[in-house]
Amino acid sequence: MAVYVHNKGIPWEVQQNGTLAPVDHLRNERSESPTPGLVVGTEPGAGQESAMFVHAQSFEDLTADSEPTTEPEPEGETVLGESAEEEALCLGAEQETQEEQQPEVEVEEERPENRSKEEDVCSEVWRSHRKHVFVLSEAGKPIYTRYGTEEALSSTMGVMMALVSVVEADKNIIRSIHADGYKVVFLRKTPLVLVGVSQTCQSDRELTRELQYIYYQIVSLLTLTQLNHIFQHKQNYDLRRLLAGSEHLTDNLLRLLDRDPGLLLSAVTCLPLASSTRDLVSSSLQAAKAKSLVFSILLAGDRLVTLVRKKDQYLHHMDLHLLFNLVGSSSSFREGEGWTPICLPKFNTAGFFHAHISYLEPASDLCLILVSTDREDFFNLSDCKRRFLERLSRRTAYQSLKEALKCPSYSVTQVGIPELRHFLYKSKSSGLYTSPELPLPYQSLEEQERLMGLYQYLHSRLHQPTRPLRSIYRCGETENLLAWVTSGFELYLCFSPLGTKAMAVAAVNKLLKWIRREEDRLFILSPMTY
Amino acid sequence: MGKRTRMRESTGPRSPGPTTPTRDTRTIRAKMVLLGSSGVGKSSLALRFSKDEFKGTLPTVGCAYFTQVVCLSDVTFHFEIWDTAGQEKYHSVTPLYYRGAHAALVVYDISKRESFIRAQMWLRELEKHYIPASTVMVLVGNKGDLSELCQVTLQEGHSLAVDRGLLFMETSAKSGNQVSELMLAIDRPLEGSR
Ligand SMILES: Nc1nc2c(ncn2[C@@H]2O[C@H](COP(=O)(O)OP(=O)(O)OP(=O)(O)O)[C@@H](O)[C@H]2O)c(=O)[nH]1
Ligand SMILES: [Mg+2]
Repeated sequence: MAVYVHNKGIPWEVQQNGTLAPVDHLRNERSESPTPGLVVGTEPGAGQESAMFVHAQSFEDLTADSEPTTEPEPEGETVLGESAEEEALCLGAEQETQEEQQPEVEVEEERPENRSKEEDVCSEVWRSHRKHVFVLSEAGKPIYTRYGTEEALSSTMGVMMALVSVVEADKNIIRSIHADGYKVVFLRKTPLVLVGVSQTCQSDRELTRELQYIYYQIVSLLTLTQLNHIFQHKQNYDLRRLLAGSEHLTDNLLRLLDRDPGLLLSAVTCLPLASSTRDLVSSSLQAAKAKSLVFSILLAGDRLVTLVRKKDQYLHHMDLHLLFNLVGSSSSFREGEGWTPICLPKFNTAGFFHAHISYLEPASDLCLILVSTDREDFFNLSDCKRRFLERLSRRTAYQSLKEALKCPSYSVTQVGIPELRHFLYKSKSSGLYTSPELPLPYQSLEEQERLMGLYQYLHSRLHQPTRPLRSIYRCGETENLLAWVTSGFELYLCFSPLGTKAMAVAAVNKLLKWIRREEDRLFILSPMTY
Repeated sequence: MGKRTRMRESTGPRSPGPTTPTRDTRTIRAKMVLLGSSGVGKSSLALRFSKDEFKGTLPTVGCAYFTQVVCLSDVTFHFEIWDTAGQEKYHSVTPLYYRGAHAALVVYDISKRESFIRAQMWLRELEKHYIPASTVMVLVGNKGDLSELCQVTLQEGHSLAVDRGLLFMETSAKSGNQVSELMLAIDRPLEGSR
């Protein structure tokens, strides 16, 4: 196997101070050329005051309630760089064969509207899906399956529950099974059991994290209190009754998990917008407050325009992703104003908030979510929206905002690094990330998911609990990748396969400078509270 | 019918509308709620009513609120429409929406027996919550265009309505059949009750 270590000759990687940047770049203030190792909160994109989200660095927080598992090294790979500080792999043809072993992606592609529910669960097609997700009750009753029907799988799910119970009878907990190219991951969250069956190269931890998302999706519809109550009263209750009509939310969330970097990074991306405009939008939202209001969130499609929150109340990025998912997979908010109970499980699993959801204009992408504690407060919130819109319409900022909607993303060519194809940059302290639109080779869904798969892989390597890495460089036939994590940020870069590592390294500094220059536009630097 | 006290009434300026009233028009604000199982076509009816459109819809989340102005020759209705979600998980919040309603439409799908049974449960629930006698209650059998799949006959719907003293209409949000008639059927008693 061809494995090379590249850790010589690149001075910035071997700094004594444990950072990957040249020492002379270290400054305490916001500098034009940011230094990776410096104090958290000063990296490009860091908010000036307080953060908007709880636990903005919460990948760890997210998985904390399921103790990390020690996993075997992926086969066919050798880990070098025993310092665990840095690892450089060059997997050429090796890597390709590894990918070829994966089943065709095309078959599992489906449009949001036609759930492949009718699919025969004994068929090859069903078997070959890259990732299955099953939710069952502790009595072994099927609650959800990503593919096929729950009815057809009731005996399969019974077996799964039996497996969980048998292991638990010995006071053990079953976490995962690895066999024959498959990983089966179990997540027990009383009163539910979630099972993921994957043929991807994602780690157990990543898969568990995805199952947690699904779990919280269900909790957001019902609250944990209600879930517990139901199953305490009737162990073999058929939860599908209460989830009927919401299966598409779970389907859509699973698609987001495969495609949206935000869910991977535990971060949210913003609509690029001049900071003066954003501040005006924020202050208009801030002015349109009501007593019961906790969060005011303005979205442009799947991007955040701004978020104003009650003092001392923080929104967890996961709850925000659940809100995004709700808005993105429902059409009902288009016609009129929506008013719905919703549980934000990372905030409180016991109770419902009440969300007023509406688009600013009928055909607009701008969607306003007002989260209230009072279910009787509809008209008050409706009035908040009216006031916000009135205030905003008086300003030219509204026009600028609508202009900005026309280019919700940017091209990587703006950065001016020819070999750079794509990147993800997350500012840890703000919980926000930025990323250019996908360039040509990655525009098809298959390619998009393949690239996401690579990022997921890098992410899991960086965050491996037993051996976390600071950086990984990896060559392939189709692209070269570099991932790098510091206390302030996380960065994933995708380069053309013709580039070299030295080039990639040089690109990082250039990119960080560019992000620093553009941070006003790409991030929310001054989050507001009521 | 008793005098409606909750309904605010005002003599406002002439409202723009298709008709040119020759005298001052009355303005009546009316709260209308749509109830019934998921998928019977409540949102589709509302859309047909407000925009005269029919398009694919996804299940409503919680509730959708919108307003609709209807101008008749001498009266202008400001409808506040609450299109509720039929999904069982939202059941506990629906009292918020039918409380104080001036008109309640209980909708079923003529091609789904189950939805007719659910409609009767809705009627019972409304009765339990002391909906005043002045409330205009309508039983609506929707998806009239699916007559070949009919599981609830016109006769059945009709007798239930007569039995409970409700208005009754079979509609199709898809074709638009009987939807404006339905609205007129609601308007008249709303107007007459004052
Ligand atoms: N053939 C036919 N289909 C209809 C008619 N009205 C609605 N539908 C279809 O029935 C489905 C459900 O319609 P909705 O209007 O969303 O039903 P709903 O009652 O609002 O459902 P919930 O919001 O979940 O309570 C959609 O696919 C509509 O296209 C109709 O008159 N005829
Ligand atoms: Mg609806």
